[in-house]
Amino acid sequence: MIIDKIRKINKEEETVKNEKASDMLVGKWVKCSNCKEILYKEDVKKNYSVCPNCGKHFRISARRRVKQIVDEGTFEELDADMQTSDILNFEGYKDKIKLLQEKTKIQEAIKTGIGEINGEKVAIGVMDSNFFMGSMGSVVGEKICRLVEKALQEKLPVILFCVSGGARMQEGMVSLMQMAKTSAAIAKLDEAGLLYVSVLTDPTTGGVTASFASLGDIILAEPGALIGFAGPRVIEQTIKQKLPEGFQSSEFLLEHGFIDKIVERNKMKQTLYEILKLHKSQRK
Amino acid sequence: MKNKTAWDRVTIARTPERPKALDYINEIFTNFIELHGDRAFSDDKSIIGGIAKLEGIPVTVIGEQKGKNAKENIERNFGMPNPEGYRKALRLMKQAEKFGRPIITFIDTPGAYPGMEAEERGQGEAIARNLFEMSKLTVPTISVVIGEGSSGGALAIGVTDIIIMLENSIYSILSPEGFASILYKDATKSQEAADKMKITAKELKKLEIIDEIVEEPEGGAQEDFENVCQNLRNMLSKDIKRLSKIKKDDLVEQRYQKYRKIGGIL
Ligand SMILES: [Zn+2]
Repeated sequence: MIIDKIRKINKEEETVKNEKASDMLVGKWVKCSNCKEILYKEDVKKNYSVCPNCGKHFRISARRRVKQIVDEGTFEELDADMQTSDILNFEGYKDKIKLLQEKTKIQEAIKTGIGEINGEKVAIGVMDSNFFMGSMGSVVGEKICRLVEKALQEKLPVILFCVSGGARMQEGMVSLMQMAKTSAAIAKLDEAGLLYVSVLTDPTTGGVTASFASLGDIILAEPGALIGFAGPRVIEQTIKQKLPEGFQSSEFLLEHGFIDKIVERNKMKQTLYEILKLHKSQRK
Repeated sequence: MKNKTAWDRVTIARTPERPKALDYINEIFTNFIELHGDRAFSDDKSIIGGIAKLEGIPVTVIGEQKGKNAKENIERNFGMPNPEGYRKALRLMKQAEKFGRPIITFIDTPGAYPGMEAEERGQGEAIARNLFEMSKLTVPTISVVIGEGSSGGALAIGVTDIIIMLENSIYSILSPEGFASILYKDATKSQEAADKMKITAKELKKLEIIDEIVEEPEGGAQEDFENVCQNLRNMLSKDIKRLSKIKKDDLVEQRYQKYRKIGGIL
């Protein structure tokens, strides 16, 4: 069963790659992975990387997300160069990291920093599916904890944009323990009475769903995101039947009571701002 | 400790006749009263829990319960909890906190159940909530990995002040088979995976992820169960006495720091 889960994740990674080949704006045109419409690249970009035809929210990099959410010129990145020490000395891991860093021009699966949303100061973390499928290893865990600790010091609200295939396999139990570590940090934030908003984007699965992603005071999601603990194919192999359309989608989670609100990308910044403002009077 | 490969220990950890959570609870504690249900949905039989005495001290005990044969395993869902199991565990932990009882958990699961209804009822949320709440419990907490501790489904009852492992138990991010098929694209390389994953008690102690190891007879705990339990009982007793002397705030802060320092960064 667990094996199936893994096979499934593998397949997911492949799908992601394939999707990216089509989503990822080859030349001036791009084909929507959902409605198959051929779209003009610039139109998609101007539309927050959302299909102007069907509303499909394409995956975006952390850099672009920060641009969409944080006021220009206010983002101060934290721990930008933090690297994994490859604690298990796992064969091939360091090489893969290096390769990914060169290919993606990003250092790890999360970008954290302090910035402003329409003038409201926040501690913000944004995961990036382009790096190791947004998997959580020591660096993701540590950067989230440092961000939360900074928020505790400066009494700031925290926003985390989640996208993840789960825990980073190559760091074994150390990765698993990042779930405990990040959840404990969020608990500290909670005890201090500070706001934590988590935003779930496509896909949020595995160890990230089973830790900080599910612990927001307010949990938002983008439309049509895959959100779950076990992946759809694992579940299908477990129950030996096909899952209904839309199982584990944002809309499904809303219906089952696990998220507060679905927010379209072009309204995300404004929504976050409204939420921040509503919590301002309670802050000391 | 004897010379066994990681895979030898995987095999022992999964033996059907290996003692299960209820065996330990019945042997180590007295006056056990099992308590049921999450007060919201149902009673998950893959997680058991209740109140008992450890050498005269009331404690709360919780365990992931596998079966020893097909019939028992079906009843126990092979030790794979649904969200209501984790929520029952959390209810019992909060109850323990209210009455100042130390908490001892027994970890033995191939993972949280990956079923449709588990997702509908928020498997991810249930596990996350337990990690969050366990990190701030004001009573001493100890987890004991007795067999297979796999993935978030194990950790969901494992965020404790002290983590003990039986010598032949394993604690891993997922099964060696799963790991092999993801990283080597070949599930049959699970023995090799088991070696590299660092999942044995000895390796995890070296990595400072777990704290103490209980030795076992050559073929596993079932060969001299009474003696293994005696050693574990002594260890638990000693640990609880030590942890009980720590002030609540310090206990919570120490637990935070314990997990906070796990990780390898440059
Ligand atoms: Zn479209």
